[in-house]
Amino acid sequence: MAKVPDRQICLELLGRMCLIRRFEEEAGRQYQRAKAGGFLHLAIGEEATIVGTTSVMRDDDYLIGTYRTHGHALARGTSPDAVMAELFGRETGTSGGRGGSMHIFDGERRFMGGYGIVGGNLPLAAGLALASQYREEDTVTVCMFGDGASNTGNFGETMNLAALWELPVVFLVENNLYGMGTSIERHSAVTDLSRKAEGYGIEGERIDGMDVLEVRERVSHHLEEVRTKGRPSLVEAFTYRYRGHSAADPEVYREKSEVEEWQRKDPIESFIRLCLEDGVLGEDDVEGARREADEAVEAAVKFADESPEPSLESLYEELYVVSETMGWYAVDERSPEPHRGELGEDAPEVAKNLAESGASHAEEARERQSREGVRE
Amino acid sequence: MTEMRMREALRDAIAEEMRRDPDVFVMGEDVGVFQGAFKVTEGLLDEFGHKRVRDTPISENTIVGTGVGAAMAGLRPVVELMTVNFSLLALDQIVNHAAAIPYMFNGNVRVPMVIRMPGGGGHQLGPTHSHSFEALYLQVPGLLVACPSTPADAKALLKAAIRDDNPVVFIEHESLYGIKGEVPDGDDVIQRFGEAAIRREGADVTIVGILKMAQVAEKAAAELEEKHGISAEVIDPRTLRPLDLDTILDSVRKTNRAVIVEEGWPHGGVGANLSTLITEQAFDYLDAPVQRVTGADVPMPYSRRMEQAAIPHEENVIEAALATTEGAFPRKRQD
Repeated sequence: MAKVPDRQICLELLGRMCLIRRFEEEAGRQYQRAKAGGFLHLAIGEEATIVGTTSVMRDDDYLIGTYRTHGHALARGTSPDAVMAELFGRETGTSGGRGGSMHIFDGERRFMGGYGIVGGNLPLAAGLALASQYREEDTVTVCMFGDGASNTGNFGETMNLAALWELPVVFLVENNLYGMGTSIERHSAVTDLSRKAEGYGIEGERIDGMDVLEVRERVSHHLEEVRTKGRPSLVEAFTYRYRGHSAADPEVYREKSEVEEWQRKDPIESFIRLCLEDGVLGEDDVEGARREADEAVEAAVKFADESPEPSLESLYEELYVVSETMGWYAVDERSPEPHRGELGEDAPEVAKNLAESGASHAEEARERQSREGVRE
Repeated sequence: MTEMRMREALRDAIAEEMRRDPDVFVMGEDVGVFQGAFKVTEGLLDEFGHKRVRDTPISENTIVGTGVGAAMAGLRPVVELMTVNFSLLALDQIVNHAAAIPYMFNGNVRVPMVIRMPGGGGHQLGPTHSHSFEALYLQVPGLLVACPSTPADAKALLKAAIRDDNPVVFIEHESLYGIKGEVPDGDDVIQRFGEAAIRREGADVTIVGILKMAQVAEKAAAELEEKHGISAEVIDPRTLRPLDLDTILDSVRKTNRAVIVEEGWPHGGVGANLSTLITEQAFDYLDAPVQRVTGADVPMPYSRRMEQAAIPHEENVIEAALATTEGAFPRKRQD
């Protein structure tokens, strides 16, 4: 068992895990109240895998995840306000209400996004790592994905490419034993997923994803190996989600007793027990962490609820960068300029409005461009 | 001006941009040591080395996805997919990722990359190597779509594509790689997206052709003039997203007739789309239904005879142009 770290780190780990747990519980509640729409994938039970990993990453390392990544953003330091607001589809959300629960993003903290296509984030991780290698930076990309993604073509393609090009990626499977409702022995010919590394000649290791200290220690090892040796590795964190795949999951595929058995190994409760036994934290600290999480999540709901809906005028914004090489775009392919033969009455009203709105989008985008300059 | 083949013009565009910007790099199947399946990347490995000219495994979705990730981190990848048919293996990364990411993350990250892909029939490569998917990509918001038909445009558009901050699907036609044309000299000649070219001025019918069909349309126009006394205006849109509809509509308002020529399939095609736009926005100016000339509605057959029958030719364009003018000109000309 890993050594208990110092008090500051323990408080940090506990605080982040409590925040994620509390956030996810509340997100589930808000979903039932129809404040959040679409699908909602909760990571309750997987907190140690998330927080253990992010706690040993450098600020300039990249993290990229799946559609179950509210917690990953929170663990990276994204404000719970902005994540909750994204679930509510508000303008103040991490993606301004354009992405939703499955597509949280925080480039400032190098959380390079949650992605809705199973396995779709793996090639992106290779690309982020390629950029680090290309620029001779020693940043590492951590790519987190589920056990189900290990069966996709992207997994095979990306593991091969990353190993071949020696890209600095830690591929981390959050193995929660189910690809949606299909259990791992029913979806993967090899159920020890860490062994899938062998086919690509890279290191693979299975770890206890319910033990935040073990995750820290092992992921830290892999991060440094990858950072110094420039070879990817595959870590399989054994974990479990207490809730269904999404909020729309009746969970007919597993027994309640199985969930209860995993709950006895709860990552937060077991970490608290350890810290109390060790004496590094006291009951007050635990209470404090829980209270802070409660308060932060309560404030996030309030913030999200009070935030404005995105304006409909912004519907076409951010679709394209308007610049010297691409001067305009409009929904009906019209340029912002007046059109010969259709000034005045002979333009149907609808088409004219469309053209004008297209033109105004182009204009706004152009102004913004010249204000902010082209992104480097 | 220098005369060169389209493949050389494309290569020069890439090479010049790579010299200009160290963040530009090339990757794809056999782009390096093999020098490119169609020799477009010939010589690049020698000049720029393996770091910037990267041979990849045959993993289309991951090649594109790796490009998307690198672009998100600020590099400017120029990805080559060996044919448009193979690009279907990467459709998830092109549509669900490259095109969607800037919008779904609210502009907080951009995907400045180019995805080059050659397509089109005429080489007896059968039903898995010969298709035209312009219509497929033109449908996707978030992408820019280029389809050059001359060496000069190929170079100037590719340079613009590489400098642009949006993901660009750059479609090339395999039959055009060898054609020669005058290309303006100078490193900074770029062709802005969304500006059509009027290849030939005319008064009686507007013919819009893309890729190789722009050239077929020009030849057909010459014959229409010569044999039928019909003056056709030929427009090459050069990019399909954005589309310079203004130039096309201006022409249609003048000629009152339109023919659209493409090599792709008819249903939901480039012509179907453009025909709708013309009907919606210039209905009152039309004297005849818009005509489409398209590839046959079948997977491309191998047999030379069948393949040629499945691809539009000058006579098909002439026939369509005559259909729009039937009954109109004899009277008009007698006046």
